[in-house]
Amino acid sequence: MTPALLRRWRPPTLALPSWPWRITWTYLGLILFLPLGAMLLRAAEVGPVGFWEMATTPEAIATYKVSFGLALVASVINGVFGLVVAWALVRCRFPGQRLLDALIDLPFALPTAVAGLALTAVYSTNGWLGQPLNEAFGLKVAFAAPGVTVAMVFISLPFVVRTVEPVLRSLEKEQEEASWCLGATPLQTTLRVVLPQLLPAILGGVAQGYSRAVGEYGSVVMISSNVPFRDLITPTLIIQKLEEYDFDAATVIGAVMLIFSLLSLLVINLLQVWGQRYQGDAA
Amino acid sequence: MTIVVPTLESPAAVRAPRPRSRRPGPGLAAILIPLVACLYVGVVILLPAVSVVASAFAKGLGPFLENFQSHELISALRLTLFATAVAVPCNVIFGLAAATAIARRQFRGKALLLSVIDLPFSISPVVVGLMLVLLYSPSHGLLGGVIESLGWKIIFSWPGIVLATIIVTFPFMAREVIPLLEEEGWEQEEAARTLGATNWQVFWKVTLPSVRWAALYGLILTTARALGEFGAVAVVSGNIEGLTQTLPLFVEDAYKNYQTELAFGAAMVLGGVAIVSLLLKLLVEQLLEQDKKAARIEP
Repeated sequence: MTPALLRRWRPPTLALPSWPWRITWTYLGLILFLPLGAMLLRAAEVGPVGFWEMATTPEAIATYKVSFGLALVASVINGVFGLVVAWALVRCRFPGQRLLDALIDLPFALPTAVAGLALTAVYSTNGWLGQPLNEAFGLKVAFAAPGVTVAMVFISLPFVVRTVEPVLRSLEKEQEEASWCLGATPLQTTLRVVLPQLLPAILGGVAQGYSRAVGEYGSVVMISSNVPFRDLITPTLIIQKLEEYDFDAATVIGAVMLIFSLLSLLVINLLQVWGQRYQGDAA
Repeated sequence: MTIVVPTLESPAAVRAPRPRSRRPGPGLAAILIPLVACLYVGVVILLPAVSVVASAFAKGLGPFLENFQSHELISALRLTLFATAVAVPCNVIFGLAAATAIARRQFRGKALLLSVIDLPFSISPVVVGLMLVLLYSPSHGLLGGVIESLGWKIIFSWPGIVLATIIVTFPFMAREVIPLLEEEGWEQEEAARTLGATNWQVFWKVTLPSVRWAALYGLILTTARALGEFGAVAVVSGNIEGLTQTLPLFVEDAYKNYQTELAFGAAMVLGGVAIVSLLLKLLVEQLLEQDKKAARIEP
């Protein structure tokens, strides 16, 4: 009798979420939302006019040009060569394929400081590649803008390869066979049948790599000479502002980067939706 | 015998396409594409990696081992291991909780929540560090006053380093486990529950074993990233030699101070960990693939 009574007496529960939900939200709140909120609050305190002024100082604009511009160059290079590497991994058979496959993941696994050290060593004017490049073309790679690009290429290569690879693998052979049967050359088949299906994956990988390259700090700071207006990237500028105790400027430039990250996340999600729709149509 | 029945196909048969469009067999492309791929990866990835190993052992094993007599290197290594040892278990608990909470339900805003969990991947690590400074710095932080009155020290101290490491690494676990859980469906868990298992028992005896390889994979990724985190830690640590300097920060510092051998020695330690984690990843990937196949067959 008593348990039944108790059950009836229980007040209308507010339906506390289950334990996994409680852990998830508490953790996200403390670890992510709290710092995010602090930064947005600080950025809001600056006011729209001050925000715009500090976000568009010549110094800041110069770093945006370096960060966003060179990251674009790096992503385009990786868009092309990432496709070639993915193609080689999926469609070709050759000795050393397993090694190539494993090497692609190295930029994910290698700490960025080590990557920066390694690239600086190889591409400095007395390095394995830096010396011949310098002697042959007079090109200075490390401690200049090309070096920053190389570092960005290094860390963003896996994104393109690993995004394109599964899509390329899942393509139906029948479509290409149909294309050949209808008299298309291999080149036509590749350009008109295969590439359009890979396009969402390629763009998605490039966007992910671009987003990562823009935010990259560890490897770039080592290979760059960090001279303002030449090869100083935006994350380094934030750190310099913090070291000068210019918290407002650091916050504003950080907020610009944050807005960019949110936008790129949106674009990447849209590209993924597009890619899924494409695959849905094909199936 | 050979009566030609005029069907619709016959005109096509008459104008049969010349067999010029063979499948691209072992032609030029089949050699060129792997060659270009290998060259590119060789120049961009392999050569720098080899150069670290070559520079670290340039003078043989003896001088390499001598690096470990440096107090700064050892204390940096200790701090890195400590931060990893705290951050990884926290993220494992969160990752598993978030995965079990999210994967089994369809609700409005699910995609948004998954994107939010992915945020640390797309935010620059430097901005992550900046956020922590703006929250906890005693002079400029939002909670600076509270932290100071409690007598805590977060920025320029180990809690800040641990927090920064946690933020940049927490998505890995959830990301690896959620897809597998979504694919598996939850008949087994319902069965366990109808047989009278508590939530905890269901999680421990049914859910966790079914995602063990994915969880292990996530654990490896989390650990590798935690050991190597640079940008976020660089902002919050203050980089005080022997006190708040992690191993990746030590690599940069030693290199900038022309202690090249120390830098490459420390880099070799981190690089060795990265290679071990890659090998483990390959192993676990195969096990994961088997599990995924099993999950697809079972229902």
